[in-house]
Amino acid sequence: MFNKPAGTFNASYTKDEAIVRTRTQWGLLIILVGILAVVPYYGPLASDYWINFLIYVAITVISVQGLNILTGYCGQISLGQAAFMAVGAYTTAILSSKAGWPFLACLPMAGLMATAVGFIFAIPAVRVKGFYLAITTLAAHFVIIYLIISLEFTGGSIGIYIERPRIGSIIFDSPQSFYMLVIGVTIVMTVFAKNIVRTKVGWAFIAIRDNDLAAKVMGVNPFTYKLLAFSISAFYAGIAGSLLVYHLQFAHPEHYGLTQAIWLLGILIVGGMGSINGAIFGSIFVRLIDEITNIHISPALGNLFPSLAGQMSAALGLLVFTAIVGIFIIYEPRGLSHRWQLLKASYRLWPFSYWT
Amino acid sequence: MDMFIQLLISGVLVGTVYGLIALGFVLVYKSSGILNLAQGELVMLGAYICYTGINVLHLNIALAFLFTFAVSGVMGIVISRVAIRPLVGQPLLSVIMMTIVLSIGLRGIAILAWGAETEGLSIFGHSYYHIAGAVVSEQSIWAFALSVLAVVAFALYFQKTKGGRAMRAVAEDQQAAQSVGIKIINVFDHSWLIAAVVGALGGILLASGSGVSIELSHLGLKVLPVVLIGGLDSIQGAIIGGVIVGIAENMAVGYLDPVVSDWGLVGGGLRNVFPYILALFILVVRPHGLFGQKRIERI
Repeated sequence: MFNKPAGTFNASYTKDEAIVRTRTQWGLLIILVGILAVVPYYGPLASDYWINFLIYVAITVISVQGLNILTGYCGQISLGQAAFMAVGAYTTAILSSKAGWPFLACLPMAGLMATAVGFIFAIPAVRVKGFYLAITTLAAHFVIIYLIISLEFTGGSIGIYIERPRIGSIIFDSPQSFYMLVIGVTIVMTVFAKNIVRTKVGWAFIAIRDNDLAAKVMGVNPFTYKLLAFSISAFYAGIAGSLLVYHLQFAHPEHYGLTQAIWLLGILIVGGMGSINGAIFGSIFVRLIDEITNIHISPALGNLFPSLAGQMSAALGLLVFTAIVGIFIIYEPRGLSHRWQLLKASYRLWPFSYWT
Repeated sequence: MDMFIQLLISGVLVGTVYGLIALGFVLVYKSSGILNLAQGELVMLGAYICYTGINVLHLNIALAFLFTFAVSGVMGIVISRVAIRPLVGQPLLSVIMMTIVLSIGLRGIAILAWGAETEGLSIFGHSYYHIAGAVVSEQSIWAFALSVLAVVAFALYFQKTKGGRAMRAVAEDQQAAQSVGIKIINVFDHSWLIAAVVGALGGILLASGSGVSIELSHLGLKVLPVVLIGGLDSIQGAIIGGVIVGIAENMAVGYLDPVVSDWGLVGGGLRNVFPYILALFILVVRPHGLFGQKRIERI
């Protein structure tokens, strides 16, 4: 259904396996990276406000990539992603503020800690599926957040302040420099995700998603691979949580509520499950709409209905999110990435686009 | 021993309300195979609607209950038609996601309409009684009595009426039910209506003790460990699971909170977490709950 560009033939296996296949794609990729590097300094987005927004989107992308591997590729629904982000965030906050660890040590440690916690909760979770799994991950969420609020060294409901990240003598104290750091990590994590899902592990995940009994018959051990998917997803969440806590310079349980976990799932649906592009599209699309709602629409509606102005901003975001995700579930369950594929296919076949 | 009886009795009283809410959940699952993760929000909205009926429209208690049931019932049907009906035949993940997202939307509606304030909802008296050495508030006795009444009413409804029988038939086998002339789509509406009304009643009963707030949805979410423990497709499982969860969380407050605070877990939030911990353990031992059917899967 989705054709290669005309005249492109894969003459070798290396070429067949490549992610970037043609010269045009290389060109576009370099332009994209160039734009990402230039955006904080020139152009319409070169203000602190938009840079902070982009940082937030990039952190979301990392977390959703992890969720995508678990839910999109391995088919295991998870409501625990926000709590695993919290594990990463608090690992970073504690190591950085109390033990004085540098960024390069905190970041992987946050990922590993989240992986370890995710692994513990995955053991009951991989035994069950569907709805039971959703509840198991919900239980994981509540238990983790309870521990964070109740334990003394996590700062409870007061939270922990942390310093700006630094690598060696470089301190990332401006939004621009921190943006570079986050975008770098995001690119690495995205490439890593892409490579996971197109190798043996990824194929095993897809087999389990499509029919785990059939996968078992073919020699894919669902238990091992589900555990692996949970661990990878928790690792991504840990990295995202660590970056988020550096971004906000503050760790607080409020940032990692159940609503956040649902937002991440919703973003995944909007972007398209089982697609690396989808996680990126979904994050940009949903966060952008949320930002527009908060800044433009809810004050306007608040002026129209003054009696509701106080709660408008809190409520409208939730309602818009529900509407968007609901519409996507009903009308385009494969998400924005499917639309993107259709667009590409129709561009390639132009002017005979109706063939697709 | 006094403390034990006290915790046991208050656990049973609140557990019955959980059982009632779980009943609404099991009902939707049995008749349509849909797992309604928005049940907690239906519970919360029910309490807010009743609050409006009493404090804004100045209805008396009986009328306020009827008003709540009517509004919640309409809400249940609207949800069923707008959000659930287009998903018939879609994968489980889509349907679960839809109810999860619905919960966010219903929360948004509550914030918009009531501003997420915590309000009191005192509809029952404030006197206390001594039963078997335990102190019991009038409110919890009312909650218990009304829950039992509602459960009995629904049991009769399922056994005796045409609508109830149609729901049981659909739960048994959708195709066979269709072939004898039952309109499945009507049954879906029906089950959502009942789930919303039952949730609203549970919400009112919970709120009459704790007050109305957005947090009531977390209290309503306790229905999920309840059905996990009882088994998804078992009505008596829902009731028994509710009572188990009610007792367990009270015991956790009485006996475990002092223990864990020695370990450095301060704040006493164990009440809300313990049902989930219990559910995790039960899942490891009996993945299908205490009364749920074990399904055999084929390729």
